[in-house]
Amino acid sequence: MKTICLYFQVHQPFRFRRYRFFDIGTSHYYYDDYANESIMRKVAEHCYLPANKLMLDLIKEYGTNFRIAFSISGVALDQFELYAPNVLESFKKLAKTGSVEFLAETYNHSLSSLTDTDEFVDQVNKHSIRINELFGQKPQVFRNSELVYSDSIGATIADMGFKAMLTEGAKHILGWKSPNYLYYNAINPKLKVLLKNFKLSDDIAFRFSNKGWSEWPLTADKYVAWLKDLDKKEDVVNLFMDYETFGEHQWKETGIFEFLKALPKVVFSRTKFTFSTPSEVASNFEPVAAINVPFPVSWADEERDLTAWLGNDMQNEAFNKLYALKDMVKRCNDPAILTDWKYLQVSDHFYYMSTKFFSDGEVHKYFNPYESPYDAFINYMNVLSDFAYRVKAAVSETEMEVNRLGKMIKEKDELIQKLKTELNLTKEGPEPEKSLKRKAVSSVSKKKPAAKKPVTSPKSGTTKTSTGRTKKKQ
Amino acid sequence: MKVLMFGWEFPPHISGGLGTACYGLTKGLSKIHDMEVLFVVPKAYGDEDQSSVKLFAAEDIPVISKKLHLKGFLKEFEMLEISSRLIPYLSPEEYQKHTKDTLTGEYEFSEEQYIGKLKFTGKYGPDLFQEIADYALVAGTLGEQLHFDLIHAHDWLTYPAGVAAKHVSGKPLVIHVHATDFDRSGGSVNPSVYEIEKYGMEHADKIITVSNLTRNTVIERYGIDPAKVTTVYNAVEPIDVEEKLQFTKNVDDKIVTFLGRITLQKGPEYFIEAASKVLKKTQNVRFVMAGSGDMFHKMIHRVAALGIADKFHFTGFLKGDDVIRMFSISDVYVMPSVSEPFGISPLEAMQSNVPVIISHQSGVSEILNHAIKINFWDVDAMADAIYGLINYDALSKMFKIYGKDEVDNLKWENSALKVREVYDSAVSF
Repeated sequence: MKTICLYFQVHQPFRFRRYRFFDIGTSHYYYDDYANESIMRKVAEHCYLPANKLMLDLIKEYGTNFRIAFSISGVALDQFELYAPNVLESFKKLAKTGSVEFLAETYNHSLSSLTDTDEFVDQVNKHSIRINELFGQKPQVFRNSELVYSDSIGATIADMGFKAMLTEGAKHILGWKSPNYLYYNAINPKLKVLLKNFKLSDDIAFRFSNKGWSEWPLTADKYVAWLKDLDKKEDVVNLFMDYETFGEHQWKETGIFEFLKALPKVVFSRTKFTFSTPSEVASNFEPVAAINVPFPVSWADEERDLTAWLGNDMQNEAFNKLYALKDMVKRCNDPAILTDWKYLQVSDHFYYMSTKFFSDGEVHKYFNPYESPYDAFINYMNVLSDFAYRVKAAVSETEMEVNRLGKMIKEKDELIQKLKTELNLTKEGPEPEKSLKRKAVSSVSKKKPAAKKPVTSPKSGTTKTSTGRTKKKQ
Repeated sequence: MKVLMFGWEFPPHISGGLGTACYGLTKGLSKIHDMEVLFVVPKAYGDEDQSSVKLFAAEDIPVISKKLHLKGFLKEFEMLEISSRLIPYLSPEEYQKHTKDTLTGEYEFSEEQYIGKLKFTGKYGPDLFQEIADYALVAGTLGEQLHFDLIHAHDWLTYPAGVAAKHVSGKPLVIHVHATDFDRSGGSVNPSVYEIEKYGMEHADKIITVSNLTRNTVIERYGIDPAKVTTVYNAVEPIDVEEKLQFTKNVDDKIVTFLGRITLQKGPEYFIEAASKVLKKTQNVRFVMAGSGDMFHKMIHRVAALGIADKFHFTGFLKGDDVIRMFSISDVYVMPSVSEPFGISPLEAMQSNVPVIISHQSGVSEILNHAIKINFWDVDAMADAIYGLINYDALSKMFKIYGKDEVDNLKWENSALKVREVYDSAVSF
C-alpha cells in the first residue's frame, strides 16, 4: 500500500550587515544581528512554534501512524540557540515522540559538495554529531543543501554510511519514469534515492494561496482525492517542502494550518495510505532502478539546476575566491575565523547574487536583504576581503614564528661552528666526537619550529658567552 | 498623422540631453509609416544665428522652412527655424546676464505685421519671458498657416507656443515634460517658470513625462489629473562601439567619471565626498569631473580642501567625440543626481561598456536593472559601489555582458510607438 513521506526543510541564513569597504581591515564583525534576530523571532512566531505545536498535536492524536521528517541546518540551529531557544525545545519535544526523523545535511547549508569533498564530509559529520546531541538520533538519511544531488555526491554519501539520500524528482533526470518509487544511486546501489514529487509538493508550498490557480481553494479532501488518483502500483509520494510554507510563505489566514490539520484525518478515513519517514521508505521498499544523474540537480526554478547559485560570473567569482582560502583556513585555529568560515559558505549568499530573476520578471525578494544582485556581490566581496586578510595574517603569524625560530637556530648553528673552529685552532686538531655531538644537537633543533611556544630570544651577547662557556666546558 | 512639434534645440547645436531626446524621438517617429513631423526650433543662441534675426524681420512670414536630409531617417524631415534667442538650461536671471551686453536695438521689428492675428506688443529684448512670448506668437502664425493634426511641445519654454498654436488651430496639444523647475532649481522654484509650466500642463490635452518620478511631480506639485499623464521612457541612439572605442588610456589607474553640468541638480559634491572616501582606502584610482556649471569653482575648492587634487581631475565642458573618449577610458560612471527626470548619460556610458552607478532620484533608475542604485546623499554607499567596481573584476564583467544588452534593447522606435499611442488618444479625445 502506498505511503506518504513528509519532509520539511528548516533553514535561516546568517545575514550579513551592510559591510562597507572602509570596514575592511578595521571591523571584523559581519552580521546583521538586528535583522537576524527579528526575522528569526518573526518566523518562529508565524511558523516554527505554531507548526511544531500542530505537529505535536497530530502525533498525539494519531500516535506513530503520523510520521514526519525534518532537516534543520546547523546555521538555523545556531540561530535557534541565540534567538529562539523555545523553538529548539519544541523540536526536542517532537523528537521524543518517536514519530519524527531528523535528517543529516551540511552544517553550514553550503554548496561544498560541488567543490571540495573533504570540506563537505567534514560539515556533514559536524551536523550529524550536533543532531545526535540535540535530538538523540544518529541521522540515517542525508539531504543536501537545496536538494543538490549527482551520482558522485551520492557515492560520497554512501561511503559515509548513509542508507538513503533525498533529491528533486526533476523531469530531465526522470524522463518517463515516476518519482513515486524508490531508486538507487548509479555508482553505489546501496544508497537509496528518494525523489520529490514536485507537482504535489508545490501545490501546497507554492500554489496553496494563489487565487489565480484553477484549483484554488485547495482542501484536504481534494488533495487526498489527487493522491488516490495516482497509479495504484506506485509505492511512495514524497512531499518535500520548506517548513516555512506553514505560516510564513503561506500565511495563517490562507488556511494552511487547517489544511495540514485535516490532511492526516482525511488520509486515514478515506484511504489505506500510511505515513513514513525517509529511512522507513528506504528500508521497507524495493528500489526499482538506478537513477542516473551525471550533472548536479537541485530543487530550484524550472531548470532544476545550479544556476540560481552558480549561474553568473559574480557567483562563480565569489564561490571560487571563498574556497581558494580553504587550505589556509585549515591552518588557522582561531575560533572566530572558523565561525566566519562556516557562515560565509551558506548558500543563500550566492542566491542573493543571482541575476536570473531579472529575466523572469520576478525579483526574488523573500527575506533578501539586498536591493540588487550587484549590491549582494559587493557586500559579500567586502566581507570576504576582510576575512581573507585575517586568514592570511593568522597564517603568516604562524609562519613568521616558524621563520623566526628557524633563523635563530641557524644563527646558533653558525656560532657553534665558529666557536668549534676556534676550539680546534686552540687544540690544533680535529675532534670527531664533538662534531658528531653538534650534528645531533642541530638535527634536534631543526624539528623545533613545530613547537608553538615562542622561544624568548636572548641578546646575542649573552648567547655568545653562555654558549661559549658550555662549549668550553665540553 | 501630421504633428507640429515645438522644440528648442536640435543636434548638433545642443547643450544638454533634451536636444538628443528630441532627435531620437523624431527619428523613431519617422519609422512609423503614417507619421509626419514638422519640427520647429528657435535657433539663435550663437553669434552666427543673429543673421537669421534679420531674415526673420525681412520676410513676410517669420519662418524659414528648409528640407533637411538626415542620416538614419526613413523619410525626408522638415525642419522649421524660428529666430529666437532661447538658451536652454539658463534660468531667467542667468539669461539676462548672458544676453544683456550683446543686445542692441537692431532686433526691433515692426509689430504691425502681427496685428489682427494675435494680441502682442513688445520687442525682442533681454528678457526670457519676452522670448517665450515671441516664440508663442510665431507659433500662432504657424498654427494658422500649416496643416497638421496635433501639436507636441517639449518643455516649458515651448509650452506657450504650443498653447498658442492650439488656440489658433483648435488641434489637440500634447506637452512633453523632460524636466520641471523642481528638478532644475532643487526646490526653490521660480514662480514665473512654475506659472508657465502649470499653464502649459493645464491647457494640454495629454501630457507625456519621461519617468514616473516626473509624472508624480506633475500630478502632485502641479495638481494635474493623473489620467492625463502618461510616462514614456527615453531611449538611446545606438552607437558603433567598435568604431568609436579606439582610444586607449595611458595610466594604469582605474578611472571613475562624473559627466554632466556641475550644478546643484547633478549632485557633484556627493561625488567628491565619495571620491575622498575611496582614496583613503585605495590609491590605484583617479576621479574625473567633466563638465561645467555654476558650482565649478566651489567644487575645485572642496577637492583642494580634502587634499585629493592629485587624484581628482577637472576637464571642463566636453562635447562630441571627447565625451565618447572619456567613456572609453572610464572604468566606472557615476550619476549622483539629486533630481533627474530621466538621465540619458548612464545609457551612453553603458553603450561604451562602462558600469554605472546611478541615484534612485533619477528616472532612468526605474528602467535599469544592471546598474548600481544608491541614494544621492548616501556617500558611503556610493563609495562602496565605486570600490566594489574597481576591485572586484567579476562585477565589471557582468555589467559588460548584461548592461550592454539591456541598453541595446532601449530603442527609440519603441518609445515612439508609445508616443503614438498618446497621440491617438489625444486626437480621439
